[in-house]
Amino acid sequence: MTELTRRNTMKLMSAALAAGVSFSILPRKAFSAGSITVLNWQGYGTDEAWSIKAFTEKTGIAVVHDYYSSESEMLTKLRTNPGAYDLVVLNAARCAQAASEDLLQPIDFSKVPNAATVDEALRSNPNFSKDGKGFAVPWVWGMTSLAIREGMPVPDSYAVLADPAYKGRVAMDDDPIINIGVGALMSGQDINDPKDLAAVKTALKSIKPNVKLLWSTEDQWNKSFAAKEFDLSLFWSGGSVRSKRNSKLPVQFVVPKEGGIGWVDGLGIPASAPNAEGALAFANWMIDPVFYVEWATKVGAPASSNSAALAALPADDLSRQVHKPEYLKTMGIMSALPDDRREAFNNAWQEVKAFYAE
Amino acid sequence: MQNDQLTSASERGPSGPRSRWTLPSWISTTALLLPTYGWLTLAVFLPLLTMFVFSFMSATPMGKAPIVFTLKQYRAFIDQPYLVGIGITSLLIGFWTTLFCAVLGFLAAVALVRSTFGKTREMLLILVLLPFWTNGLVRVFSWTMVLRENGFLDNLLHMIAPDAGSIGFLYTRYAIVVGLVHGYLPYMILTCYIALVAIDDAIIEAASSLGARWWTILFKILVPLAAPGLISGSVLIFIPVIGSFMEPRILGGRVGVTMGTVIEDQFTQAFNWPLGASLSFTLLAVVLAIFATFSGVLRRGTAA
Repeated sequence: MTELTRRNTMKLMSAALAAGVSFSILPRKAFSAGSITVLNWQGYGTDEAWSIKAFTEKTGIAVVHDYYSSESEMLTKLRTNPGAYDLVVLNAARCAQAASEDLLQPIDFSKVPNAATVDEALRSNPNFSKDGKGFAVPWVWGMTSLAIREGMPVPDSYAVLADPAYKGRVAMDDDPIINIGVGALMSGQDINDPKDLAAVKTALKSIKPNVKLLWSTEDQWNKSFAAKEFDLSLFWSGGSVRSKRNSKLPVQFVVPKEGGIGWVDGLGIPASAPNAEGALAFANWMIDPVFYVEWATKVGAPASSNSAALAALPADDLSRQVHKPEYLKTMGIMSALPDDRREAFNNAWQEVKAFYAE
Repeated sequence: MQNDQLTSASERGPSGPRSRWTLPSWISTTALLLPTYGWLTLAVFLPLLTMFVFSFMSATPMGKAPIVFTLKQYRAFIDQPYLVGIGITSLLIGFWTTLFCAVLGFLAAVALVRSTFGKTREMLLILVLLPFWTNGLVRVFSWTMVLRENGFLDNLLHMIAPDAGSIGFLYTRYAIVVGLVHGYLPYMILTCYIALVAIDDAIIEAASSLGARWWTILFKILVPLAAPGLISGSVLIFIPVIGSFMEPRILGGRVGVTMGTVIEDQFTQAFNWPLGASLSFTLLAVVLAIFATFSGVLRRGTAA
């Protein structure tokens, strides 16, 4: 064994120092434009390896990810970790809430050239703006509606969730807003402001014998569907495309006559973002037709907010088939909720869950 | 030794250089305890206190909503009566998990102490602890593969009886209890093992030479003498189990609604920290009340 002489110690220390210096200098040179931290759902567009590679090669900005498993968790992370994130993916409803809490900064659209072809209706969506300023780049839209195992009869109404034919074969999305929305549609009410919450609860409770499980992540949905634990479920339009294309699952997405529960996701920049410039460049890349076509055709994506990107999709694309433009006419878009209503929705869903568990 | 120092110091008088060493013993005790208690105060007590203060607020003090101090969070069990049912379910799950752990853990510990020794015993003890070293989430998810329809359990049954129906019981309360028993069993085995290992073999030999049957030895000697282990194991298991949320959520499906999942939902999904905190402290109060009720039994058990 080498003796611990003074010379050896010096050698070791200088080697360690050199290694440390080179480690800290090299990446900084390679990514002179710095890095950005993106907060998003896992496996939802921003973290595709090929896309990040192309983006980093083009701009020199490294992309790091952190994930949330529910939208309220996302808000909690924004509130409790100022300065940690540069770009956050958030729903229109949550965007209004985040903007009202000063968690986001206004978007400088001049630095997002691709936003020129973003659908004006989406860009001026009241949830995305406050005091005439845009607080998020509209990114993608889609719906939550029914997904059913291929070969089974195609349902035309949410009433099918309570159909005894599906006893123990239904999965629900463990999300208060979505479920209250479904309950509202089942009882013929507005998804954002149901006047009769008791009727919503009754409608949701009526499907108890059918409910097998409550899912909260796409991964969980895929595994349970593949294990044939359920046949009918509330599911995301984009999720159904991914499940069908990537996991080869026999799933068919259905929008019944009541319409889907629509959502628009935007890319927002936290008020405390250390690298807002880099985040804007990444937002621009996210609505770029080049990125979108590859994302939609290779992986499966919701509909892009950028009409130029949507138009670039091949006509027989699965995503394009699922996101038929006529659905936009029937679908209601989830919007921001006042605190008391949100709490009422949360409590109502908690009560329904407790009823399911009895 | 200390007395010697004291006397020699007093002989030399207060100006002697050795008088420094005669600090009262409570100072050194305090100095040694300070890091631990300081750490506990900083890392456990203060955050808990903050949560306790939160539980009296009208909203989470991190948004822009104005904060009002209120007792309404503690009225949750009255305003939302279904919570009482959830609470009772959680206590029942805790009770059954603890009971199964006590029976299985005690028997395993008896087997370890009475029938093994030396290297074999060490090996078997390590085999008990080994699953503990893997992530709990992985262990719970692996149960889903065993318990689900067409899972391992079903396949095993169908190898013997191909026409039998499914015995998969994933997404039921039984599945939750199975997962929890699996997760907490090592606590019981270890505490019972420690209690049983301390019992003198001569007592058992004396009992059997006087004609005691095995069940007499078990219930008149082993169980009473190992009661401290059984009780501390039960406390160690019961408290975390009624607050558990991972196992109910993954193994329970739609029936997996417990106090733990409700509290977790309040923190992660509803962003209602005050309600989550008040539910936690209510749960704590209920647990303390249960232990206070049975404190007589507990004290007798641990004193034995």
